[in-house]
Amino acid sequence: MPPSIALRMNHALPAEHRERLLRIGRETDFPQGARLFEEGGHADRFWIVRSGTVALDMHVPGRRPPVIETIGVGDLVGWSWLYEPFVWQLGAGAVTSVRAYEFDAVAVRLMCLNDAEFGRAVEHWVGRVLAHRLNAARARLVDLYGIYETKEER
Amino acid sequence: MTAVPVPHRVVARRPETADTVTLRFEPVGRPLPDFLPGQFAMVHAFGRGEIPVSVSSVQATGGLAHTVRSVGAVSDGLCAVRVGDVVGIRGPYGTSWELERARGRDVVIVAGGIGFAPLRPLILGALAEPEAYRRINVLIGARTPSDLIARAEVASWATAYTGVTVDQPEPDWRGDVGVVTQLLGRAHFEPEETTAFVCGPEPMIRATARELIQHGVPHDRVQVSLERNMRCATGHCGHCQLGPVLVCQAGPVVDWAQAEPLLAVREL
Ligand SMILES: Cc1cc2nc3c(=O)[nH]c(=O)nc-3n(C[C@H](O)[C@H](O)[C@H](O)COP(=O)(O)OP(=O)(O)OC[C@H]3O[C@@H](n4cnc5c(N)ncnc54)[C@H](O)[C@@H]3O)c2cc1C
Ligand code: FES
Repeated sequence: MPPSIALRMNHALPAEHRERLLRIGRETDFPQGARLFEEGGHADRFWIVRSGTVALDMHVPGRRPPVIETIGVGDLVGWSWLYEPFVWQLGAGAVTSVRAYEFDAVAVRLMCLNDAEFGRAVEHWVGRVLAHRLNAARARLVDLYGIYETKEER
Repeated sequence: MTAVPVPHRVVARRPETADTVTLRFEPVGRPLPDFLPGQFAMVHAFGRGEIPVSVSSVQATGGLAHTVRSVGAVSDGLCAVRVGDVVGIRGPYGTSWELERARGRDVVIVAGGIGFAPLRPLILGALAEPEAYRRINVLIGARTPSDLIARAEVASWATAYTGVTVDQPEPDWRGDVGVVTQLLGRAHFEPEETTAFVCGPEPMIRATARELIQHGVPHDRVQVSLERNMRCATGHCGHCQLGPVLVCQAGPVVDWAQAEPLLAVREL
């Protein structure tokens, strides 16, 4: 499994659960510019990037969708599939050509239901990724719009 | 060390971005002692005043240079100097990056904005001796692609991983978007065997240091560079005081074990 802050550094899924998940993943490719999903669409699958870069963007009427964040090798693309109402919160497009493992959301949710331990591990993993993205988004908000002084009065 | 500015002539001037230039200097007379990566000089723009500026290149590797971003009166003045002009420089001041402590280990270098400048001589030092380290990772964050410093040079580096990310992409940007900490997931390092060097805006330093530590890099192996308003740089005026320490002497480079409690103190 390729590295990711959430998947790599011991915070990932435990190996056995990771292997179980990978067994139902299928390899898929997206050419540069392809759309993985659109904001508001039904979140019925998710991906882990094997190579390339995916951009998450937000729909703004009448404008080019601004890129919120890019994600790359080892990263999870999509979390809305795990939580009701299973609706994508952002859109996603391939910035470069992308190779990924694709997972069927219904199948993974069923696996979670059938095996509480696996379910906890998956929820923990996705939750960590979410927490990380939330923190990153907050840091960017402060950085882009916040006014902070690094200097005291002379 | 000298407390009196030594005249230096600008021998090269390279605009890096719309508001940042790199100036290379030669001493007019007696040279200053060699600077170490991470140390800073007090640079005097005649008629304007004096500000602390880190070295972005040291004498040992290509001559003394500073990379200055124009944010106010003195830095504006420095950014406007021409080749042949003379400025006053005193130093070296402050502590330096402890690259020695990274030997035999993975290296993670994280730069935000102008924080790239003080890290540059460290990176060049590490790259000059690649066999001394395990894997070298360089992570760079900037506000927009136009704010990236030394893009061509960065692209030429042979590292295990070099990542660049921006907050606000421009239409032709095909690279990463987002905070610099997200690049940590792409870097190649074993946290317990890593020495990290971080410089940038304070919120970025905090977020990066916390994340590195959360993933297992030891507190005392995360070195950060602190910026405080300086005047004397010799430990006399108290301008740079942060909690119990004078940053001009105890810093600017300190390890996170030391910096964390200081940065938790509300503004003094
Ligand atoms: C150890 C150390 C190393 C430094 N290294 C570098 C370097 O390599 N390159 C470089 O360009 N600068 C560096 N700085 C910052 C530099 O010293 C300041 O930008 C400078 O003092 C500003 O002076 P000024 O007279 O131009 O602006 P002022 O008139 O004093 O300030 C103008 C405006 O800029 C803001 N400002 C001033 N300083 C900073 C700052 N540090 N960060 C954010 N906003 C600021 C002020 O709040 C004000 O709004 C370093 C500072 C320290 C303490
Ligand atoms: S700048 Fe005067 S004491 Fe540090």
